[in-house]
Amino acid sequence: MASPDGFKAHMLNDWIFIGIFLLLAPIFPAAALLIPRLIAPRKPNSLKSETYECGIETYGETWVQFKAQYYIFALVFLIFDIEIVFLYPWAVAFEQLPMFAVFEGVLFILILVAGLFYTWRKGVLEWV
Amino acid sequence: MSDPVNSIAEWLRTILASWGLSEGLITVILAVLGVVILATFVLVVDILLVWIERKMVARFQDRFGPNRVGPYGIIQPIADVIKLLIKEDIMPMGADKFIFNLAPIIALATVLLLWAVVPLAPTVIGADINVAVLYVVAIGSIGTLGIIMAGWASNNKYALLGAFRTVATMIAYEVPMIIALLIPVLLARSMGMQTIVNAQSPWYIFIVPLAAVILFVSSIAELGRTPFDISEAESEIVAGFHIEYTGMKFGLFYAGELLHALTVSALIATIFLGGWRGPYVDQLPLLGPVYLFIKAFLVYYLIMWVRYSFPRVRIDQMLGFNWKFLTPLALFLLIVVAILDKAMADVNTVWYVLVMLGANLLIVWGTMMILRRYARIERVRIAEERPVARAPESDNNELVGQE
Amino acid sequence: MTVMQVVFLVTAVVSLGGAVMVVTTRNLIHAALWLILTLFGVAVMYGLLSAPFFTVIQVVIYIGAIAILMIFAIMLTRRVKQEPGSSVNKGWWLAGLMALVLFTALVWMLSTWPGFQTTLPELPQDFDSIKVLGAALVSTEGYVIPFEIASVLLLAALIGSVAVAWERKS
Repeated sequence: MASPDGFKAHMLNDWIFIGIFLLLAPIFPAAALLIPRLIAPRKPNSLKSETYECGIETYGETWVQFKAQYYIFALVFLIFDIEIVFLYPWAVAFEQLPMFAVFEGVLFILILVAGLFYTWRKGVLEWV
Repeated sequence: MSDPVNSIAEWLRTILASWGLSEGLITVILAVLGVVILATFVLVVDILLVWIERKMVARFQDRFGPNRVGPYGIIQPIADVIKLLIKEDIMPMGADKFIFNLAPIIALATVLLLWAVVPLAPTVIGADINVAVLYVVAIGSIGTLGIIMAGWASNNKYALLGAFRTVATMIAYEVPMIIALLIPVLLARSMGMQTIVNAQSPWYIFIVPLAAVILFVSSIAELGRTPFDISEAESEIVAGFHIEYTGMKFGLFYAGELLHALTVSALIATIFLGGWRGPYVDQLPLLGPVYLFIKAFLVYYLIMWVRYSFPRVRIDQMLGFNWKFLTPLALFLLIVVAILDKAMADVNTVWYVLVMLGANLLIVWGTMMILRRYARIERVRIAEERPVARAPESDNNELVGQE
Repeated sequence: MTVMQVVFLVTAVVSLGGAVMVVTTRNLIHAALWLILTLFGVAVMYGLLSAPFFTVIQVVIYIGAIAILMIFAIMLTRRVKQEPGSSVNKGWWLAGLMALVLFTALVWMLSTWPGFQTTLPELPQDFDSIKVLGAALVSTEGYVIPFEIASVLLLAALIGSVAVAWERKS
């Protein structure tokens, strides 16, 4: 689990740990869910299995006409997510970069800030 | 005294090698052991967190909290766990069985996975990968997926609506969060957690406090806690995406949320408060986790304090706050920090810290000025006369009664 | 059979299986979830190729943003439940033939590619690929023009999506 002091173990060991963690992590909650299977009562009847709707009976299908606003927010999020992901290597390499390269990164950010202000002025960012 | 965890690991390694196992298998066995110990420890702390949360909320509300079950109510969470385990697991009609069961597992598993990259001591960390910060963001987005799955699989309008609103706010607040995480990465020139902790002299909260505040606020929104808990607004859409979950499945969501709060606190403590750094930690590495947990609980206390002090924010206010305030502010701070850091590349540390701190405070002051003006405009706008709804005048008012 | 090969085979089976399920399952939401499994398999493959940065980027962008966008888009349409009717149309044999031809051509091309025998250059021990990537992205002999154009491209995507999807409610 630990990196021995002084010598950098091969990167692979770290990812093996994460891979094993990925495989074992769901086992803990799954075990927690298996225990009720053994000891909890299971008596489903039609009333208990009804969908909850604040006490009244459900009517209509279980879909709601969702606002396009959800999609637009997800789009804006996607654009900014990609932008910031581009900036991570720039930030990691910061030591070697000349000042000029810093300004290139700033230009990158400013172009997208302009986009944000555009959507703001268009009224896209309102949750109507 | 040398590092005990590594000494034990080396000792186990030699024992397993003497049994004739191959190098790779030994690594795997040690990794499995590490995972199990880490996950178990974290889950035990999670149970303790339930008690801490309930006691703290009680004290904030000027009452006692659980104090019957065991001394000071410390056994209360265990009683809660037993209760949840023996409750019936009701699956709503028409629910998507596999996804319904998978969602709480994903919710808790993603929180556990975050602990793989938290540095506990100068040489003790689950996996010191050089992309740890983005790993945290990645695992967070898988957690978001778990919520959509829960809302969808419940076959319930309100669960679905709650899930959508939750996911919309969570992805919105991810943007300032990853920008605020980018700033320490820029200062430390690395995404690896140990490198960030090792580079913190002084702690980054003294250099870029505004980034810490932005990360703090975004994290509270990511966690879905008040003042941003529109997803669980009990008075509004009942319990949001986990309405239909009963028993231990609900318990997993609830415990997962608390553990997520502590995990995020530990990450904020690592990135901004210096993690395991503290006096004498080089000589006595065991102090590392102690310092880390003290700082993590400090941040967790702040999160709880915010929760029990602020009213809930409406969803349109929440999203407006994110896109119109936090994101531009975070981007502006990033630009300022990048330019200043490069400009002061050869300046000595004291001046560097002072200038950065000054720049941060200047930005805060400027933001306050802008907000004050904006608040004044809003106040004027809200105070204007709006037509009061009244029934239309009608000639025949037999129902109303004779005047 | 080394461990890496076994891991690669498992990942490949999972990714391909997920991809097959995406196009054959009848429930749209299930298709989205199978797609997420496939994308996750691709992320693992990036990890196997010693590109950890791309592993996490794949999860952050594809699973954390694009898959969620797709799920939102699915939810905005009405019918998400089972689509009745056959899942193949009349021209399925032509599509199958073309897929087979394409597959054979690719296999033949790859089997005669000499690149598999070349040895890759050894990277120095302290090679930090992300630093090199970052420096290359903004260096004038590197990729600075594509870097800035990427920003303009994202801006265009933003404005375009607003123009297409946004209806001003008057």
